[in-house]
Amino acid sequence: MKQQPFEARHQALWQAFSLRLSALERGKARSAHAEGFSQDYRRLCQHLALARSRNYSSHLIDQLEHLVRRGHQQLYRRRSQLGPSIMAFLAAGFPRQVRAQWPLVVAASLLFFMSLLLTALWVYLYPEQVYSILDPAQVAAMQSMYDPQGSRLGRGVERLASEDWRMFGYYVMNNIGIAFQTFASGLLLGLGSAFYLVYNGVTIGAVAGHLSGIGSGPTFWSFVIGHGAFELTAIALAGAAGLGLGLALVAPGRLSRGEALRRAAKASVQLVYGVVVLLLLAAFVEAYWSAKSSLAPWLKFGVGIGLWALVLSYLTLAGRGRHAPE
Amino acid sequence: MPHTSATPRIATLPTPLDTRQRVETPEGIDLSLRPAGLVIRSLAFAIDLLVRGALLVGLLLLLDALGEIGLGAGALLLFLVNWWYMVLFEVLNQGRSPGKHLLKLRVVMDDGTAIGWSASLIRNLLRFVDMLPVGYCLGALWCLHEPWFRRLGDLAAGTLVVYQDRPRAQPPRLASTPLAAPFPLEQADQRAILGFAERRGTLSDARADELANLLAAPLGVASAAQAKARLDSLAQGLLGPT
Repeated sequence: MKQQPFEARHQALWQAFSLRLSALERGKARSAHAEGFSQDYRRLCQHLALARSRNYSSHLIDQLEHLVRRGHQQLYRRRSQLGPSIMAFLAAGFPRQVRAQWPLVVAASLLFFMSLLLTALWVYLYPEQVYSILDPAQVAAMQSMYDPQGSRLGRGVERLASEDWRMFGYYVMNNIGIAFQTFASGLLLGLGSAFYLVYNGVTIGAVAGHLSGIGSGPTFWSFVIGHGAFELTAIALAGAAGLGLGLALVAPGRLSRGEALRRAAKASVQLVYGVVVLLLLAAFVEAYWSAKSSLAPWLKFGVGIGLWALVLSYLTLAGRGRHAPE
Repeated sequence: MPHTSATPRIATLPTPLDTRQRVETPEGIDLSLRPAGLVIRSLAFAIDLLVRGALLVGLLLLLDALGEIGLGAGALLLFLVNWWYMVLFEVLNQGRSPGKHLLKLRVVMDDGTAIGWSASLIRNLLRFVDMLPVGYCLGALWCLHEPWFRRLGDLAAGTLVVYQDRPRAQPPRLASTPLAAPFPLEQADQRAILGFAERRGTLSDARADELANLLAAPLGVASAAQAKARLDSLAQGLLGPT
Protein backbone atom coordinates (compact mmCIF):
# COMPACT_ATOMS: atom_id res chain seq x y z
CA MET A 1 0.00 0.00 0.00
CA LYS A 2 1.28 3.45 -0.83
CA GLN A 3 1.45 6.25 1.64
CA GLN A 4 -1.56 8.36 0.71
CA PRO A 5 -4.16 5.56 0.85
CA PHE A 6 -2.57 4.43 4.15
CA GLU A 7 -2.89 7.92 5.59
CA ALA A 8 -6.46 8.29 4.35
CA ARG A 9 -7.47 4.98 5.89
CA HIS A 10 -6.05 5.61 9.38
CA GLN A 11 -6.18 9.38 9.72
CA ALA A 12 -9.36 9.28 11.80
CA LEU A 13 -7.84 6.93 14.38
CA TRP A 14 -4.72 9.08 14.70
CA GLN A 15 -6.69 12.26 15.21
CA ALA A 16 -8.98 10.70 17.80
CA PHE A 17 -5.96 9.30 19.63
CA SER A 18 -4.23 12.67 19.60
CA LEU A 19 -7.28 14.37 21.11
CA ARG A 20 -7.47 11.74 23.81
CA LEU A 21 -3.77 12.21 24.62
CA SER A 22 -4.24 15.96 24.99
CA ALA A 23 -7.06 15.38 27.46
CA LEU A 24 -4.93 12.93 29.45
CA GLU A 25 -1.94 15.26 29.48
CA ARG A 26 -3.99 18.13 30.83
CA GLY A 27 -5.32 15.83 33.52
CA LYS A 28 -8.87 16.11 32.19
CA ALA A 29 -9.51 12.45 31.42
CA ARG A 30 -9.53 9.94 34.24
CA SER A 31 -7.15 7.14 33.37
CA ALA A 32 -5.21 5.76 30.45
CA HIS A 33 -6.53 2.30 31.20
CA ALA A 34 -10.10 2.91 30.11
CA GLU A 35 -12.05 2.17 26.97
CA GLY A 36 -9.61 0.67 24.57
CA PHE A 37 -6.72 3.11 25.01
CA SER A 38 -4.16 0.34 24.97
CA GLN A 39 -5.72 -1.28 21.89
CA ASP A 40 -5.56 2.02 20.02
CA TYR A 41 -2.01 2.57 21.22
CA ARG A 42 -0.88 -0.83 19.97
CA ARG A 43 -2.53 -0.29 16.60
CA LEU A 44 -0.64 2.97 16.39
CA CYS A 45 2.59 1.13 17.13
CA GLN A 46 1.80 -1.26 14.32
CA HIS A 47 1.17 1.65 11.96
CA LEU A 48 4.52 3.16 12.91
CA ALA A 49 6.32 -0.12 12.29
CA LEU A 50 4.59 -0.47 8.93
CA ALA A 51 5.37 3.11 7.97
CA ARG A 52 9.04 2.54 8.77
CA SER A 53 9.38 -0.73 6.94
CA ARG A 54 7.52 0.63 3.89
CA ASN A 55 9.72 3.72 3.74
CA TYR A 56 6.95 6.23 4.04
CA SER A 57 8.04 9.83 4.22
CA SER A 58 9.85 11.26 7.24
CA HIS A 59 7.00 13.58 8.00
CA LEU A 60 4.52 10.76 8.49
CA ILE A 61 6.99 8.72 10.51
CA ASP A 62 7.81 11.69 12.73
CA GLN A 63 4.13 12.37 13.27
CA LEU A 64 3.41 8.76 14.21
CA GLU A 65 6.46 8.57 16.42
CA HIS A 66 5.36 11.69 18.25
CA LEU A 67 1.97 10.11 18.95
CA VAL A 68 3.55 6.83 20.05
CA ARG A 69 5.93 8.64 22.41
CA ARG A 70 3.07 10.51 24.05
CA GLY A 71 0.98 7.36 24.25
CA HIS A 72 3.87 5.45 25.77
CA GLN A 73 4.17 8.04 28.53
CA GLN A 74 0.48 7.86 29.34
CA LEU A 75 0.17 4.07 29.23
CA TYR A 76 3.22 3.06 31.23
CA ARG A 77 2.70 5.02 34.40
CA ARG A 78 3.59 3.99 37.90
CA ARG A 79 0.39 5.40 39.24
CA SER A 80 -1.20 3.90 42.30
CA GLN A 81 -3.65 5.13 44.87
CA LEU A 82 -1.62 7.37 47.12
CA GLY A 83 -3.65 7.01 50.34
CA PRO A 84 -3.69 3.22 50.72
CA SER A 85 -0.09 2.86 49.58
CA ILE A 86 1.11 5.37 52.18
CA MET A 87 -0.79 3.52 54.89
CA ALA A 88 0.65 0.17 53.79
CA PHE A 89 4.12 1.68 53.66
CA LEU A 90 3.89 3.00 57.20
CA ALA A 91 2.28 -0.15 58.58
CA ALA A 92 4.70 -2.62 57.04
CA GLY A 93 6.87 -1.41 54.17
CA PHE A 94 9.09 0.97 56.08
CA PRO A 95 10.05 -1.28 59.03
CA ARG A 96 10.60 -4.13 56.59
CA GLN A 97 12.92 -1.98 54.53
CA VAL A 98 14.83 -0.99 57.68
CA ARG A 99 15.26 -4.66 58.63
CA ALA A 100 16.20 -5.65 55.07
CA GLN A 101 19.06 -3.14 55.22
CA TRP A 102 20.10 -4.00 58.76
CA PRO A 103 23.88 -4.08 58.16
CA LEU A 104 23.79 -0.49 56.94
CA VAL A 105 21.45 0.56 59.75
CA VAL A 106 23.75 -1.03 62.34
CA ALA A 107 26.81 0.62 60.81
CA ALA A 108 25.17 4.06 60.71
CA SER A 109 23.82 3.70 64.25
CA LEU A 110 27.25 2.71 65.55
CA LEU A 111 28.87 5.71 63.87
CA PHE A 112 26.27 8.13 65.19
CA PHE A 113 25.52 6.84 68.69
CA MET A 114 29.08 5.81 69.52
CA SER A 115 30.48 9.21 68.57
CA LEU A 116 27.66 10.82 70.56
CA LEU A 117 28.26 8.75 73.70
CA LEU A 118 32.05 8.91 73.56
CA THR A 119 32.05 12.68 73.11
CA ALA A 120 29.51 13.14 75.88
CA LEU A 121 31.62 11.05 78.23
CA TRP A 122 34.80 12.84 77.23
CA VAL A 123 33.31 16.31 77.75
CA TYR A 124 31.70 15.20 81.02
CA LEU A 125 35.05 14.02 82.37
CA TYR A 126 37.10 16.91 80.97
CA PRO A 127 34.66 19.89 80.99
CA GLU A 128 37.08 22.37 79.39
CA GLN A 129 37.20 20.18 76.27
CA VAL A 130 33.80 21.46 75.21
CA TYR A 131 35.55 24.57 73.89
CA SER A 132 37.55 22.50 71.45
CA ILE A 133 34.30 21.39 69.83
CA LEU A 134 31.89 24.31 70.17
CA ASP A 135 32.75 27.99 70.22
CA PRO A 136 32.12 29.93 73.46
CA ALA A 137 29.09 31.83 72.09
CA GLN A 138 27.34 28.56 71.27
CA VAL A 139 28.14 27.18 74.70
CA ALA A 140 26.73 30.28 76.40
CA ALA A 141 23.55 30.08 74.31
CA MET A 142 23.12 26.43 75.23
CA GLN A 143 23.59 27.17 78.91
CA SER A 144 20.95 29.87 78.96
CA MET A 145 18.51 27.67 77.00
CA TYR A 146 18.64 24.81 79.46
CA ASP A 147 18.92 26.93 82.58
CA PRO A 148 16.83 25.07 85.22
CA GLN A 149 15.20 28.40 86.12
CA GLY A 150 13.80 28.94 82.61
CA SER A 151 10.07 28.57 82.10
CA ARG A 152 10.11 27.13 78.59
CA LEU A 153 12.90 25.22 76.96
CA GLY A 154 14.73 24.74 73.75
CA ARG A 155 16.36 27.16 71.33
CA GLY A 156 15.22 30.44 72.79
CA VAL A 157 14.48 31.47 76.36
CA GLU A 158 11.02 32.36 77.58
CA ARG A 159 8.96 30.94 74.79
CA LEU A 160 5.36 31.93 74.50
CA ALA A 161 2.64 29.51 73.45
CA SER A 162 2.34 31.15 70.05
CA GLU A 163 6.02 30.47 69.51
CA ASP A 164 5.44 26.72 69.55
CA TRP A 165 4.13 26.84 66.02
CA ARG A 166 7.04 28.94 64.85
CA MET A 167 9.48 26.47 66.38
CA PHE A 168 7.62 23.60 64.73
CA GLY A 169 8.22 25.19 61.35
CA TYR A 170 11.84 25.82 62.23
CA TYR A 171 12.42 22.23 63.41
CA VAL A 172 10.86 20.79 60.25
CA MET A 173 12.99 22.93 57.98
CA ASN A 174 16.21 22.48 59.91
CA ASN A 175 16.03 18.79 60.79
CA ILE A 176 14.69 17.42 57.54
CA GLY A 177 17.24 19.56 55.70
CA ILE A 178 20.02 17.95 57.77
CA ALA A 179 18.61 14.48 57.13
CA PHE A 180 18.46 15.11 53.39
CA GLN A 181 22.06 16.33 53.38
CA THR A 182 23.16 13.28 55.33
CA PHE A 183 21.48 11.03 52.78
CA ALA A 184 22.57 12.83 49.62
CA SER A 185 26.22 13.19 50.58
CA GLY A 186 26.40 9.38 50.73
CA LEU A 187 26.91 9.55 46.98
CA LEU A 188 30.49 10.66 47.72
CA LEU A 189 31.47 7.01 48.26
CA GLY A 190 29.62 7.04 51.59
CA LEU A 191 32.14 9.44 53.11
CA GLY A 192 29.69 12.35 53.24
CA SER A 193 27.11 10.38 55.20
CA ALA A 194 29.75 9.04 57.58
CA PHE A 195 31.01 12.59 58.10
CA TYR A 196 27.57 14.00 58.89
CA LEU A 197 26.77 11.11 61.22
CA VAL A 198 29.95 11.61 63.21
CA TYR A 199 29.72 15.41 63.07
CA ASN A 200 26.15 15.45 64.40
CA GLY A 201 27.03 12.80 66.98
CA VAL A 202 30.01 14.82 68.25
CA THR A 203 28.06 18.08 68.41
CA ILE A 204 25.08 16.61 70.24
CA GLY A 205 27.41 14.63 72.50
CA ALA A 206 29.41 17.72 73.42
CA VAL A 207 26.27 19.65 74.36
CA ALA A 208 24.91 16.71 76.36
CA GLY A 209 28.17 16.14 78.22
CA HIS A 210 28.69 19.81 78.97
CA LEU A 211 25.18 20.43 80.26
CA SER A 212 25.25 17.29 82.40
CA GLY A 213 28.56 18.45 83.81
CA ILE A 214 27.36 21.90 84.88
CA GLY A 215 24.18 20.68 86.54
CA SER A 216 21.61 21.36 83.82
CA GLY A 217 21.46 17.63 83.16
CA PRO A 218 17.87 16.93 84.32
CA THR A 219 16.48 19.89 82.36
CA PHE A 220 18.35 18.90 79.23
CA TRP A 221 17.67 15.17 79.31
CA SER A 222 13.99 15.59 80.12
CA PHE A 223 13.78 17.98 77.17
CA VAL A 224 15.46 15.78 74.59
CA ILE A 225 14.31 12.30 75.58
CA GLY A 226 10.83 12.62 74.05
CA HIS A 227 11.56 13.79 70.53
CA GLY A 228 15.02 12.18 70.56
CA ALA A 229 13.32 8.83 70.02
CA PHE A 230 12.18 10.00 66.59
CA GLU A 231 14.89 12.48 65.74
CA LEU A 232 18.02 10.49 66.58
CA THR A 233 16.64 7.33 64.97
CA ALA A 234 15.77 9.31 61.87
CA ILE A 235 19.28 10.75 61.57
CA ALA A 236 20.80 7.28 61.91
CA LEU A 237 18.42 5.93 59.24
CA ALA A 238 19.16 8.80 56.86
CA GLY A 239 22.83 8.00 57.32
CA ALA A 240 22.14 4.33 56.60
CA ALA A 241 20.38 5.29 53.36
CA GLY A 242 23.38 7.41 52.36
CA LEU A 243 25.86 4.67 53.23
CA GLY A 244 23.83 2.37 50.95
CA LEU A 245 24.47 4.70 48.01
CA GLY A 246 28.17 4.81 48.82
CA LEU A 247 28.45 1.05 49.21
CA ALA A 248 26.87 0.53 45.78
CA LEU A 249 29.65 2.63 44.26
CA VAL A 250 32.49 1.12 46.26
CA ALA A 251 31.40 -2.52 46.04
CA PRO A 252 28.89 -2.95 43.22
CA GLY A 253 29.23 -6.75 43.24
CA ARG A 254 28.33 -8.34 39.92
CA LEU A 255 26.49 -5.29 38.60
CA SER A 256 27.87 -2.31 36.79
CA ARG A 257 28.36 0.68 39.08
CA GLY A 258 25.53 2.60 37.41
CA GLU A 259 23.08 -0.25 37.80
CA ALA A 260 24.14 -0.95 41.39
CA LEU A 261 23.71 2.74 42.23
CA ARG A 262 20.25 2.80 40.69
CA ARG A 263 19.08 -0.20 42.70
CA ALA A 264 20.61 1.12 45.90
CA ALA A 265 18.92 4.48 45.36
CA LYS A 266 15.57 2.78 44.90
CA ALA A 267 15.95 0.96 48.22
CA SER A 268 17.41 3.98 50.03
CA VAL A 269 14.65 6.35 49.05
CA GLN A 270 12.22 4.09 50.91
CA LEU A 271 14.21 4.80 54.06
CA VAL A 272 14.13 8.52 53.26
CA TYR A 273 10.33 8.52 53.08
CA GLY A 274 10.24 6.97 56.54
CA VAL A 275 12.81 9.45 57.83
CA VAL A 276 10.63 12.37 56.70
CA VAL A 277 7.66 10.96 58.62
CA LEU A 278 9.77 10.35 61.73
CA LEU A 279 11.16 13.90 61.63
CA LEU A 280 7.70 15.43 61.23
CA LEU A 281 6.66 13.52 64.36
CA ALA A 282 9.85 14.63 66.09
CA ALA A 283 9.22 18.29 65.27
CA PHE A 284 5.68 18.01 66.55
CA VAL A 285 6.75 16.42 69.84
CA GLU A 286 9.64 18.85 70.23
CA ALA A 287 7.52 21.94 69.73
CA TYR A 288 4.41 20.96 71.65
CA TRP A 289 5.54 18.48 74.30
CA SER A 290 9.27 18.65 75.06
CA ALA A 291 9.27 22.42 75.50
CA LYS A 292 6.67 22.47 78.27
CA SER A 293 8.62 22.98 81.50
CA SER A 294 5.47 22.99 83.61
CA LEU A 295 5.35 19.20 83.45
CA ALA A 296 7.12 17.14 86.08
CA PRO A 297 10.42 15.64 84.92
CA TRP A 298 9.39 12.10 85.91
CA LEU A 299 6.39 12.37 83.55
CA LYS A 300 8.63 13.49 80.69
CA PHE A 301 11.13 10.72 81.36
CA GLY A 302 8.33 8.16 81.52
CA VAL A 303 6.76 9.28 78.26
CA GLY A 304 10.19 9.59 76.64
CA ILE A 305 11.13 6.02 77.53
CA GLY A 306 7.72 4.92 76.27
CA LEU A 307 8.37 6.67 72.92
CA TRP A 308 11.80 5.04 72.57
CA ALA A 309 10.24 1.63 73.23
CA LEU A 310 7.51 2.42 70.72
CA VAL A 311 9.92 3.45 67.94
CA LEU A 312 12.27 0.53 68.49
CA SER A 313 9.50 -2.06 68.64
CA TYR A 314 7.87 -0.51 65.56
CA LEU A 315 11.10 -0.82 63.58
CA THR A 316 11.85 -4.37 64.76
CA LEU A 317 8.37 -5.91 64.94
CA ALA A 318 5.92 -4.15 62.59
CA GLY A 319 5.06 -5.85 59.31
CA ARG A 320 6.29 -9.28 60.31
CA GLY A 321 2.92 -11.03 60.18
CA ARG A 322 2.02 -13.07 57.15
CA HIS A 323 -1.17 -11.12 56.65
CA ALA A 324 0.44 -7.75 57.01
CA PRO A 325 -0.78 -5.30 54.37
CA GLU A 326 1.25 -5.20 51.22
CA MET B 1 31.85 -17.01 19.85
CA PRO B 2 28.81 -17.75 22.00
CA HIS B 3 25.60 -18.47 20.17
CA THR B 4 22.54 -16.49 21.10
CA SER B 5 19.01 -17.59 20.40
CA ALA B 6 17.76 -14.08 19.78
CA THR B 7 16.71 -13.52 16.20
CA PRO B 8 18.52 -10.66 14.53
CA ARG B 9 16.51 -7.56 13.75
CA ILE B 10 15.08 -7.53 10.27
CA ALA B 11 16.12 -4.01 9.39
CA THR B 12 18.96 -2.47 11.34
CA LEU B 13 18.37 1.18 11.94
CA PRO B 14 21.13 3.54 10.93
CA THR B 15 23.14 4.87 13.85
CA PRO B 16 22.25 8.53 14.15
CA LEU B 17 24.94 11.16 13.93
CA ASP B 18 23.27 13.48 16.43
CA THR B 19 22.58 13.04 20.15
CA ARG B 20 19.36 11.07 19.69
CA GLN B 21 19.10 7.95 21.80
CA ARG B 22 16.96 5.02 20.82
CA VAL B 23 14.84 3.30 23.44
CA GLU B 24 12.91 0.16 22.67
CA THR B 25 9.35 -0.08 24.00
CA PRO B 26 7.60 -3.35 24.96
CA GLU B 27 5.75 -3.14 21.63
CA GLY B 28 9.03 -3.53 19.77
CA ILE B 29 9.00 0.08 18.61
CA ASP B 30 12.12 2.19 18.79
CA LEU B 31 11.45 5.61 20.24
CA SER B 32 14.05 8.29 19.82
CA LEU B 33 14.72 10.64 22.73
CA ARG B 34 16.69 13.83 22.36
CA PRO B 35 18.59 14.47 25.63
CA ALA B 36 19.07 18.12 26.54
CA GLY B 37 22.63 19.37 27.07
CA LEU B 38 24.28 21.40 29.76
CA VAL B 39 23.56 24.91 28.48
CA ILE B 40 19.81 24.66 28.04
CA ARG B 41 19.47 22.78 31.31
CA SER B 42 21.38 25.53 33.12
CA LEU B 43 19.07 28.11 31.57
CA ALA B 44 16.01 26.18 32.73
CA PHE B 45 17.51 25.95 36.20
CA ALA B 46 18.22 29.68 36.26
CA ILE B 47 14.59 30.40 35.37
CA ASP B 48 13.43 28.06 38.12
CA LEU B 49 15.74 29.81 40.55
CA LEU B 50 14.18 33.17 39.69
CA VAL B 51 10.66 31.78 39.99
CA ARG B 52 11.49 30.29 43.37
CA GLY B 53 13.07 33.51 44.57
CA ALA B 54 10.07 35.57 43.51
CA LEU B 55 7.71 33.03 45.09
CA LEU B 56 9.57 33.13 48.40
CA VAL B 57 9.86 36.91 48.58
CA GLY B 58 6.18 37.37 47.75
CA LEU B 59 4.93 34.81 50.24
CA LEU B 60 7.29 35.86 53.01
CA LEU B 61 6.17 39.48 52.71
CA LEU B 62 2.60 38.27 52.98
CA LEU B 63 3.34 36.03 55.96
CA ASP B 64 5.43 38.65 57.70
CA ALA B 65 2.24 40.60 58.28
CA LEU B 66 0.84 37.67 60.25
CA GLY B 67 3.52 37.71 62.98
CA GLU B 68 4.51 34.54 64.88
CA ILE B 69 2.10 32.27 63.02
CA GLY B 70 3.41 33.67 59.76
CA LEU B 71 7.01 32.94 60.78
CA GLY B 72 6.19 29.29 61.46
CA ALA B 73 4.39 28.98 58.16
CA GLY B 74 7.28 30.80 56.52
CA ALA B 75 9.78 28.23 57.78
CA LEU B 76 7.58 25.41 56.50
CA LEU B 77 7.25 27.23 53.21
CA LEU B 78 10.99 27.74 52.90
CA PHE B 79 11.40 24.01 53.43
CA LEU B 80 8.74 23.18 50.84
CA VAL B 81 10.14 25.52 48.20
CA ASN B 82 13.75 24.47 48.85
CA TRP B 83 13.34 20.74 48.74
CA TRP B 84 9.98 19.98 47.11
CA TYR B 85 9.48 22.61 44.39
CA MET B 86 11.10 20.49 41.68
CA VAL B 87 9.62 17.21 42.91
CA LEU B 88 6.05 18.48 42.99
CA PHE B 89 6.27 20.08 39.57
CA GLU B 90 7.97 17.10 37.97
CA VAL B 91 5.49 14.54 39.25
CA LEU B 92 2.30 16.57 38.94
CA ASN B 93 3.08 18.47 35.73
CA GLN B 94 4.29 15.79 33.31
CA GLY B 95 7.96 16.11 34.26
CA ARG B 96 8.14 19.86 33.74
CA SER B 97 9.12 22.53 36.23
CA PRO B 98 8.23 26.07 35.09
CA GLY B 99 11.73 26.63 33.70
CA LYS B 100 11.68 23.39 31.77
CA HIS B 101 8.15 24.10 30.56
CA LEU B 102 9.28 27.43 29.17
CA LEU B 103 12.25 25.93 27.34
CA LYS B 104 10.28 22.89 26.11
CA LEU B 105 12.18 20.35 28.20
CA ARG B 106 10.85 17.56 30.35
CA VAL B 107 12.16 14.89 32.70
CA VAL B 108 11.43 11.28 31.77
CA MET B 109 12.67 7.91 32.95
CA ASP B 110 15.47 6.56 30.78
CA ASP B 111 13.03 4.13 29.15
CA GLY B 112 10.88 7.02 27.98
CA THR B 113 8.09 6.59 30.54
CA ALA B 114 6.77 9.28 32.86
CA ILE B 115 8.67 10.05 36.06
CA GLY B 116 7.33 8.89 39.45
CA TRP B 117 7.67 10.11 43.04
CA SER B 118 10.69 8.03 44.01
CA ALA B 119 12.76 8.83 40.96
CA SER B 120 11.97 12.51 41.21
CA LEU B 121 12.83 12.62 44.91
CA ILE B 122 16.14 10.81 44.32
CA ARG B 123 17.24 13.08 41.49
CA ASN B 124 16.35 16.22 43.41
CA LEU B 125 17.85 15.17 46.76
CA LEU B 126 21.09 14.20 45.08
CA ARG B 127 21.19 17.68 43.56
CA PHE B 128 22.98 18.53 46.81
CA VAL B 129 25.96 16.45 45.67
CA ASP B 130 25.83 17.79 42.11
CA MET B 131 26.20 21.29 43.55
CA LEU B 132 29.50 20.39 45.21
CA PRO B 133 32.08 21.79 45.63
CA VAL B 134 30.68 25.06 44.34
CA GLY B 135 28.12 26.17 41.73
CA TYR B 136 27.17 22.76 40.27
CA CYS B 137 30.79 21.91 39.33
CA LEU B 138 30.39 18.18 39.84
CA GLY B 139 27.03 18.04 38.09
CA ALA B 140 28.23 20.12 35.15
CA LEU B 141 31.37 18.05 34.67
CA TRP B 142 29.40 14.82 34.81
CA CYS B 143 26.82 16.21 32.42
CA LEU B 144 29.56 17.03 29.88
CA HIS B 145 31.16 13.62 30.27
CA GLU B 146 28.02 11.49 30.04
CA PRO B 147 26.66 10.49 26.60
CA TRP B 148 23.05 11.15 27.70
CA PHE B 149 23.97 14.45 29.44
CA ARG B 150 22.92 13.21 32.86
CA ARG B 151 24.14 14.60 36.14
CA LEU B 152 24.81 12.33 39.13
CA GLY B 153 21.26 12.63 40.45
CA ASP B 154 19.85 11.57 37.09
CA LEU B 155 22.21 8.63 37.02
CA ALA B 156 21.07 7.32 40.39
CA ALA B 157 17.39 7.91 39.67
CA GLY B 158 17.54 6.54 36.12
CA THR B 159 16.07 9.72 34.67
CA LEU B 160 16.83 11.88 31.68
CA VAL B 161 16.05 15.44 30.61
CA VAL B 162 14.81 15.50 27.01
CA TYR B 163 13.51 18.00 24.50
CA GLN B 164 9.79 17.88 23.91
CA ASP B 165 9.58 17.52 20.17
CA ARG B 166 6.66 19.27 18.55
CA PRO B 167 5.29 17.75 15.35
CA ARG B 168 5.97 19.91 12.33
CA ALA B 169 3.19 21.34 10.21
CA GLN B 170 1.81 19.20 7.42
CA PRO B 171 3.79 19.86 4.20
CA PRO B 172 1.71 21.04 1.25
CA ARG B 173 0.29 18.34 -0.96
CA LEU B 174 2.13 17.81 -4.25
CA ALA B 175 0.21 18.73 -7.35
CA SER B 176 2.36 17.00 -9.96
CA THR B 177 1.38 13.91 -11.92
CA PRO B 178 2.66 10.70 -10.38
CA LEU B 179 5.49 8.92 -12.14
CA ALA B 180 7.17 5.57 -11.56
CA ALA B 181 10.94 5.61 -11.17
CA PRO B 182 12.82 4.62 -14.35
CA PHE B 183 15.12 2.35 -12.30
CA PRO B 184 14.68 0.55 -8.95
CA LEU B 185 15.30 2.84 -5.94
CA GLU B 186 17.06 1.85 -2.76
CA GLN B 187 15.21 2.49 0.52
CA ALA B 188 17.50 5.38 1.39
CA ASP B 189 16.95 6.89 -2.07
CA GLN B 190 13.19 6.73 -1.64
CA ARG B 191 13.42 8.47 1.72
CA ALA B 192 15.69 11.11 0.21
CA ILE B 193 13.33 11.87 -2.67
CA LEU B 194 10.32 12.08 -0.34
CA GLY B 195 12.29 14.21 2.09
CA PHE B 196 13.30 16.62 -0.67
CA ALA B 197 9.69 17.02 -1.79
CA GLU B 198 8.45 17.57 1.76
CA ARG B 199 11.13 20.06 2.70
CA ARG B 200 10.90 22.15 -0.46
CA GLY B 201 8.90 24.82 1.37
CA THR B 202 11.68 25.36 3.90
CA LEU B 203 14.58 25.46 1.40
CA SER B 204 15.58 28.55 -0.52
CA ASP B 205 15.12 28.35 -4.29
CA ALA B 206 18.85 28.48 -4.92
CA ARG B 207 19.51 25.62 -2.51
CA ALA B 208 16.67 23.54 -3.99
CA ASP B 209 18.09 24.12 -7.48
CA GLU B 210 21.54 23.16 -6.32
CA LEU B 211 20.30 19.91 -4.80
CA ALA B 212 18.10 19.03 -7.77
CA ASN B 213 20.93 19.76 -10.17
CA LEU B 214 22.92 16.90 -8.67
CA LEU B 215 20.32 14.50 -10.02
CA ALA B 216 19.76 16.14 -13.40
CA ALA B 217 22.13 13.77 -15.22
CA PRO B 218 20.86 10.45 -13.73
CA LEU B 219 17.27 11.53 -14.38
CA GLY B 220 18.09 12.40 -17.96
CA VAL B 221 16.94 16.04 -17.88
CA ALA B 222 18.79 19.20 -18.83
CA SER B 223 17.98 21.89 -16.23
CA ALA B 224 17.55 22.16 -12.51
CA ALA B 225 13.93 23.28 -12.91
CA GLN B 226 13.13 20.15 -14.90
CA ALA B 227 14.92 18.00 -12.32
CA LYS B 228 12.82 19.56 -9.56
CA ALA B 229 9.61 18.81 -11.46
CA ARG B 230 10.77 15.27 -12.14
CA LEU B 231 11.63 14.70 -8.49
CA ASP B 232 8.21 15.96 -7.46
CA SER B 233 6.59 13.51 -9.86
CA LEU B 234 8.69 10.67 -8.52
CA ALA B 235 7.76 11.61 -4.96
CA GLN B 236 4.11 11.72 -5.94
CA GLY B 237 4.55 8.30 -7.52
CA LEU B 238 5.97 6.95 -4.26
CA LEU B 239 3.20 8.50 -2.20
CA GLY B 240 0.08 7.73 -4.18
CA PRO B 241 -1.36 5.49 -6.91
CA THR B 242 0.47 5.45 -10.21
